[in-house]
Amino acid sequence: MAMISGDNHGLRLAVRYTVLLLIALIFIFPLVFMVMSSLKPDQQLLVDASSLRAFLPVGDISLNNYLAAFERAPVGLFVFNSVLVTGVTVALSLLICSAAGFAFVFINWKGRGVILSVLLATLIVPFETIAIPMLLMVSKLPWLGMDGLTWGWLNSYHVQIIPFIADGLTIFLFVQYFKDLPGELIEAARVEGASWWQIYRRIVMPLSGPILATAAILKFLAMYNQYLWPLMVTQEEGYRPVMVGLQYFFQLNIAWGEVMAYLSLITLPVLGFYLYLQKAFIASIASTGVKG
Amino acid sequence: MKFSKLVASAAILAWASAANATETLSMWYHGAGNEVESKIINQIIADFNAAQTDWKVELQSFPQAAYNDSVVAGALAGNLPDILDVDGPNMPNWAWAGYMQPLKIDEAKIANFLPGTKGIWNGQLYSIGLWDAAIALTTRQSTLDELGLRKPTADAPWTKDEFMAALDAAKASGKFEYALDLGTAWTGEWYPYAFSPLMQSFGGDIVDRSTYKTAEGALNGEAAQAFGAWWQGLFTGGYAQATQDGADRDSGFASGKYAFSWNGNWAALGALEAHPDTVFLPAPDLGNGPKIGAASWQFGVSATSKHPEGAAAFIEFALQDKYLADFSNGIGLIPATPTAAAMVDNYKEGGPLADFVTYSSKFGMVRPVTPGYVVQAKVFEKALADIAQGADVAATLDAAVDEINADIEKNQGYGH
Repeated sequence: MAMISGDNHGLRLAVRYTVLLLIALIFIFPLVFMVMSSLKPDQQLLVDASSLRAFLPVGDISLNNYLAAFERAPVGLFVFNSVLVTGVTVALSLLICSAAGFAFVFINWKGRGVILSVLLATLIVPFETIAIPMLLMVSKLPWLGMDGLTWGWLNSYHVQIIPFIADGLTIFLFVQYFKDLPGELIEAARVEGASWWQIYRRIVMPLSGPILATAAILKFLAMYNQYLWPLMVTQEEGYRPVMVGLQYFFQLNIAWGEVMAYLSLITLPVLGFYLYLQKAFIASIASTGVKG
Repeated sequence: MKFSKLVASAAILAWASAANATETLSMWYHGAGNEVESKIINQIIADFNAAQTDWKVELQSFPQAAYNDSVVAGALAGNLPDILDVDGPNMPNWAWAGYMQPLKIDEAKIANFLPGTKGIWNGQLYSIGLWDAAIALTTRQSTLDELGLRKPTADAPWTKDEFMAALDAAKASGKFEYALDLGTAWTGEWYPYAFSPLMQSFGGDIVDRSTYKTAEGALNGEAAQAFGAWWQGLFTGGYAQATQDGADRDSGFASGKYAFSWNGNWAALGALEAHPDTVFLPAPDLGNGPKIGAASWQFGVSATSKHPEGAAAFIEFALQDKYLADFSNGIGLIPATPTAAAMVDNYKEGGPLADFVTYSSKFGMVRPVTPGYVVQAKVFEKALADIAQGADVAATLDAAVDEINADIEKNQGYGH
């Protein structure tokens, strides 16, 4: 009897892991295809694409596509620009949006319900609908920088950062998370005479690791994948990010090997960032699920 | 006395230096990511900057796929350069929208340029190209011989019946997966560029060019309907693929999948490399004479340029035969003048691609010269793709006409 039960358990595990493995393969195959294709010459890549060889490092393997990609476009500059713009935006966004979420949840002020509703309503407005008014606005705004006072933000890093620091989704995430924190903690701190800033910095933020990771990853992905806005506001190559840079590879006769090499290179920062925050991200999703 | 002399000298020096001041001209170009093209355009700029002291051109390159959007965004933000390049069929739209101003250059210098290289809108020159592109029916001499087909020439192109007989012969031979590679894998501008001339050869058109105020009768008239039925027959008859894989378009002719390929001169050297007996046949005469698309990228001056005379000076400088030849050698396009073509091995008389020069000058037809073309091109592409997939020809063309006419009306006739 015990043996039969043990066999059943083993069978169940085997089936479960087989299904999980198949699902994992479905998700990982595009990445494997990308990396393997980046190592092959174009003709072989196209021939291999219709068989399992597409996922294997077989045939004429080399790093030539990577070398060619660096020759075709300033890849390092594009990655640097994207990492800089994304990193600064994520950092500022976490600070500003968490502070806004804190104010909405813990501080009692008139009109906060209405303002939060308006903020949430912005979630249904696609960026494309406000892109042109935003472009007209930023092209006329003043900026005080190293060159003194100048007019117009085009061709700069700040034009890619400032409009995206605060957004409805990130604030909403913080609001939802803060609502589930024990209110007694905040009340106790207030009774002890702690200021709002002290409560935010010493109590709420140390408890917000999972939501900070979630917000950071979502913001990172959104910013790193930016295409339309930087295309509109960066006419100078020196400020272009990776997604605009990708277009350098789509000439009339597309060099697919170079495209794959470039994609592999620009995927590295995203993977690194995700792996770094993975545990906290999963913890946040899991805890959201339990509470939901 | 000494002081007044000093002041006078300083004033003269200031005037002299102001008079000799070099003005910077900004320029946008679509060649980022294309090493050869970038090298040539940079060389022209370096030569121009070294040849005179009045102007200094500074280049900003954009990837081609993002170029048009960048220019539109730049125009909205009031941030256009002095010199820009524009794809020929888009020029009327940019001129009408106020992005460009007429190009003031000595027109005697472009008298011998291929017709498709001159961007003329409302009777004025707005842009000029250093090259043009052309399409041919690419096949192999051995294929013509095996199938027992006459080799058509520019003076005696295939008739529609001969063309269909050639496709039938290729299909019946069983040697090819498809008789004809139309390049349906390439979407976007390829459709109006490559296929609207086939409709024009039937006698139809995207829009009525006599007024540019309607597509009625042009896109859904008898000739257009006949074209639509013929076009659909290419797919239902199994001659060509309505849905094509990009890899097949790139390598299908070389690998022997297709007997004939409707392709441009930019792919010609690759075809010759794969099959040294490749020949480039003229477009068939489908009833109204052979037609192929004309007009490629051209240079013009932005409407906001404060130095149009400097911008024009640069463009005039770039029109030298040696640069036309450099571009042709570098990126394989057809030089704009016969004298430049004679300097290029591929295009000189007897050269492997010389036929393209003939086809460009004899059969080249610019796409509708109207600001509404940018919309009409998309409507035309969708209609042809739908018909290829089996949509009703008459209903699809009527719907396309309605859409084009509604757009023309919405834009108050686009100034026609």
